[in-house]
Amino acid sequence: MTSPPTYDVLVIGAGLAGMRAALSAHQQGASVAILTKVHPVRSHSNAAQGGINAALTDRGDKWEDHAFETVKGSDYLADQDAVEVLAQDAGHDIITLEHMGVIFNRNDEGQLGTRRFGGQKKARTFFVSDFTGQAMLHVLYEQLMQANLPVYEEWFVTSLVKDDQGHCAGLVAFEMRTGQFSLFCAKTVIMASGGLGRVYEPSTNALICTGDGMAVAYRAGAPLMDMEMVQYHPTTLKGKGLLITEAARGEGAYLLNKQGERFMKQYAPTMLELASRDVVSRAEQIEINEGRGVNGCVFLDCRHLGRAFLQERLGQIYAEAQTFANIDLAEELLPIRPGMHYQMGGIKTDTEGRCWDIQGQWNGLPGLFAAGETACVSLHGGNRLGANSLLDTIVFGRRAGQCAADYARTIPSPTISAHRLDADQQLVATIMARKGPGERAAALRLEMGTTMNRYVSVFREQEGLETARQHIQALKMRWTDVTIHDKGQVFNTGMIAVLELGFMLDCAEAIIEGALTRTESRGAHFRTDYLDRDDEDWLKHILLYHQPGSTPRIDFLPVHITQWQPQIRVY
Amino acid sequence: MNPSPLHTTLRVRRYNPEQDHPAPYYQEYDLSFDSSDSVLDGLIKIRETIDDSLTLRCSCRGAICGSCGMRINGHATLACKTKMISVTQPGDTIDVEPMNNMPVIKDLVTDMAPFWEKIRQVQPWLRPAEPAPLAEYLAPPESMNHLAGVMSCIMCGVCVSDCTVLEVDKTFIGPAALAKAYRFVADPRDTSTTLRLETLNQPSGMWDCTRCMECIQVCPKGVGPMDRIMALRSKGLEQKVPSTCGSRHAEVFTDIIKHKGILDEPMLALRTFGLKHVGRLLEMIPMVLQSAFKGKVPLSGPLHRPIPGIQQIQRLFKRVRRKS
Repeated sequence: MTSPPTYDVLVIGAGLAGMRAALSAHQQGASVAILTKVHPVRSHSNAAQGGINAALTDRGDKWEDHAFETVKGSDYLADQDAVEVLAQDAGHDIITLEHMGVIFNRNDEGQLGTRRFGGQKKARTFFVSDFTGQAMLHVLYEQLMQANLPVYEEWFVTSLVKDDQGHCAGLVAFEMRTGQFSLFCAKTVIMASGGLGRVYEPSTNALICTGDGMAVAYRAGAPLMDMEMVQYHPTTLKGKGLLITEAARGEGAYLLNKQGERFMKQYAPTMLELASRDVVSRAEQIEINEGRGVNGCVFLDCRHLGRAFLQERLGQIYAEAQTFANIDLAEELLPIRPGMHYQMGGIKTDTEGRCWDIQGQWNGLPGLFAAGETACVSLHGGNRLGANSLLDTIVFGRRAGQCAADYARTIPSPTISAHRLDADQQLVATIMARKGPGERAAALRLEMGTTMNRYVSVFREQEGLETARQHIQALKMRWTDVTIHDKGQVFNTGMIAVLELGFMLDCAEAIIEGALTRTESRGAHFRTDYLDRDDEDWLKHILLYHQPGSTPRIDFLPVHITQWQPQIRVY
Repeated sequence: MNPSPLHTTLRVRRYNPEQDHPAPYYQEYDLSFDSSDSVLDGLIKIRETIDDSLTLRCSCRGAICGSCGMRINGHATLACKTKMISVTQPGDTIDVEPMNNMPVIKDLVTDMAPFWEKIRQVQPWLRPAEPAPLAEYLAPPESMNHLAGVMSCIMCGVCVSDCTVLEVDKTFIGPAALAKAYRFVADPRDTSTTLRLETLNQPSGMWDCTRCMECIQVCPKGVGPMDRIMALRSKGLEQKVPSTCGSRHAEVFTDIIKHKGILDEPMLALRTFGLKHVGRLLEMIPMVLQSAFKGKVPLSGPLHRPIPGIQQIQRLFKRVRRKS
């Protein structure tokens, strides 16, 4: 048997965080490879429409203002040292992107231009029309092609591997095109595999967002943090839940109820439609629940912006509304509603992407790094500001890559036994061998998704959360009997759906356990049975450690406060 | 509340490489759908409820990730962007096939490696002036807005699938790679425009497009690859990259029309290929003979007279010159 491919830094996922991490580790001189279950440009970073935040000092902006608004947006759950890093690095990282080739929108002087976004008083969001994520993703892929880094495309990771000392030493994955398993050795692994939106139905997220990285890291010992903090975006389309960018409101669109009132006046008198997302989503849900919506929706009004403006600055959603909702934004109101969008929580990391936990050490899984949505630094705390997620991927992707490369220099190459892939291979063989009319993964996923969207959404309470917990437990049992009819090795997407469902069920359980534990209302986590934020008891993070066969072990970590003491949050 | 469901049959071209004697075949699936459902919704419904072996790539559902390129009723498109109601009458069938001009791996999944190989050929990364400034490179807003039209390309492969040149000449670099190349040639920050144009000027490059417009027609993002190819050619001529058969064809064509108002085909061939490519001229002899046999021998040279009203054509030329 040939020895497995070995790298200093192995990155899982090729979205913005993953590619940025790989490029920076490469620049540090590390040997780097990326494994990804889809081609890099198919990654979900594509879907980020509105822009990327940065306070550029030469435009009269202050990083402290950006940081404060991020902390306030997080409902004071963000770690302020991490937010300071984010806000201070932002300018440099955006200029680097521009130098790489991103075609950011310009002002008349030819400098980068900005637009307004939610939760922020100043226009500090840099953008490319309304496909900023796509424009960045394709440019990072250009850089990746230039650097000629190895990319294992359409490889599916099934687990992380530890060496005898318990240090992360690589991973097990199979090539989708052949179904062949392989072991990969690495001194460090950077998890950059994105979010878990498909745990919910509907969700704005792509079908590939199945929480694989969170579940794989969690099962291998790394703790997940603040998983109850699930963001509902205020403007999603009915039906499949496609996203309508916040940039629409940033550029001046209104939210109206059935009576044609700009109802945000009642909920956020100053910031109105541009209050933070948790606030706007809750307001919409109240309007809908109290009968001031139509068919479960309120309306986004873009009519006054004019057709030419819409086409130039919001061209993608202009087309999207036409194609997917049959609405002419220049003439008609667009029905929208809050929809699951983003996971603020994730694999706990420090500001260098290390998955450090309680004592500022690697107690969970030494050698593991994470960045992007799959990670929880924590920047976003209880609620992420729009246009901070692209920034998160770029700043903390870069930092994780640098730190992983530096760390890899200090440790020897791992050795792992070739038998480390046996268990995963056996699992796939077992699933494949199941006969008879068992249940389909898709049916179970739909049940999970609707359960989560019903009980663990904008409003939550004890009884509903317990119901959800029972449903998920039952689904986990049923998962062990799921069957697939395709018995082939080549591109068996049925098999992948089963494995993804297994990952998602672990994520769903973690979200519910976090939500049951946090008996207060903060950010996106609003408990109708605990209406207030409770800084005395709950100004802290919830960490979940996986325990096979039982509910997770729960631990806590204080919130890191530097210069902004918690205040009452008004928009 | 919901209107009564509509019915259709998806006729899917399938291919399973693990069969004993793998060969493509068609399978039909009856389906009910509602008017908002896309072909992708239909395929997912089949995969999730009828036949989990039906294999395709898909992810975003919103025409942004570029995964679900396939041919629907004979033309490549994104399945997520194509509503079933727009491609069938209720009760009728919809043909679904993998993209053309690339190998099929399984069912609707094609091998995109050759596609990416051609993208790589255009060295698709910015080469800005060094050293980089401390702040951003300055660029006129209209230039960036213009580039946004090309950057909306999601690399789905749809244009390559339906490219009629690639169908007969696998070496052609293709519409996606050329549109990508244009993205750099038109970027005011890029410093290697001439080098890029010289490379694209080579055989299998920008002059090999036959302007069939198919890529413009099928592109799901309005990138208009062929328009970008024509823009590359104009830039090439402006920059006076060394002439090739392709560029000479364009120039001679224009010149003949300007002077005669009607095409002198033998002269076009003679002047395009010249003595340097006498071999290619000789290759045309059988075609000339066949044409002659059918009584289609065009007059040439002095025998080929300008059309009446040629002055009007020449005035048009002048006006176009002035405008550009």
